[in-house]
Amino acid sequence: MKVAIATIGRRAAACLVLLLALVLPPASAEQRIDPAADQRAFQAYFRQAFPSVALNDFANGPYAVDKDMRKQWEEIMQFPPYDFALEDGKKLFETPFKNGKTYADCFPQKGIGIRQNYPYFDRQTGEVVTLDLAINRCREQNGETPLPYQVGDMAAIDAYMASTSRGKPFAIALPADPRAFAAYEKGKKFFYERRGQLNFSCASCHVQAAGKRLRGDILAPALGILASFPIYRSDWGSMGTVDRRFISCNDQVRSVAFKPEDELYRDLEYFLSYMSNGVAIAGPGTRP
Amino acid sequence: MKPEKIMVRLALVLLVGATALAGAASAQAATQSEFEAAYRAATEAEQKASALRNQWTPTEAALEAAAKAAAAKDYGTAMDLARRAEALAEASVEQAKEQDKLWQNAVLK
Repeated sequence: MKVAIATIGRRAAACLVLLLALVLPPASAEQRIDPAADQRAFQAYFRQAFPSVALNDFANGPYAVDKDMRKQWEEIMQFPPYDFALEDGKKLFETPFKNGKTYADCFPQKGIGIRQNYPYFDRQTGEVVTLDLAINRCREQNGETPLPYQVGDMAAIDAYMASTSRGKPFAIALPADPRAFAAYEKGKKFFYERRGQLNFSCASCHVQAAGKRLRGDILAPALGILASFPIYRSDWGSMGTVDRRFISCNDQVRSVAFKPEDELYRDLEYFLSYMSNGVAIAGPGTRP
Repeated sequence: MKPEKIMVRLALVLLVGATALAGAASAQAATQSEFEAAYRAATEAEQKASALRNQWTPTEAALEAAAKAAAAKDYGTAMDLARRAEALAEASVEQAKEQDKLWQNAVLK
């Protein structure tokens, strides 16, 4: 009799556990994902790997971690190669659209000193909005055709807007919205997962091999890596946006790149920028 | 060397040569329909990679080169390239499936 009662008790307990598992809601995305902890670990890793590099100096990529390259960069910066783009960008930014409005009408603070807040998560549309996407949406809202994303006028406008934010630390917000957490997590996954025939992830170069040589290049640490964008890259011989960099990285590891401003690229930019919160904007920048 | 041994060795050499020739002939003799089947299989594998958002550039290059060789009626080369594309596409699908979980091991903690 006692055995039977014990068996019934155990079965009842098991049923109760099963019932609770069915009734209680699963842990939400926000509960499972801890971006603040990710950010602490991310920044601690690079601060430990490069103890002599000041937080804001991470924005300067390879020039922050290699003495010889820094000397070359200091020489280059006497006549920064992005200056022409900066000048063009200011003109483009201030030139009214056909309807008389300007870019300033589309942005908070008239578009001045706001780069550090991009990308942001738009709770209305449920997606990540980068500065370049916002620039093109502004154009479309005002009856203009969107600009190509990787080079040219887009890079120039981007350069001017970034220059008005120099010294302002990245302040990427992550609202308490499961969709924002999902976008963050997708960006994080993209950063760490290996892809392409060469089986490289973003982290393979910019975490595990940061500061080391890859043929003639010194690999930039991932911390602060987007704070100098857009960049004039000597290898390109022209300016390029974040999209251009993501696409060329994918191509280098023999992975078919996505279209500029693809959702995955925007999520990746969101994750990387959030990881760099606190690093001051230094764009536009230069790279070898 | 004994004549029997010489005969055995000669037979082996002939066998290897004949096999190689047969292989080359089969590649040359690949027909349009055989190529089309190989190309279809490669394209299907590449579509799976695309659905996983993990295509490789060499796969695309091999598919393009295969189509070009077929257009020039060089079905032997075209079939080799299509088979290569299929193998690459399958590897990219495998990579995507593996990385779906493995990426978490690389996260800084």
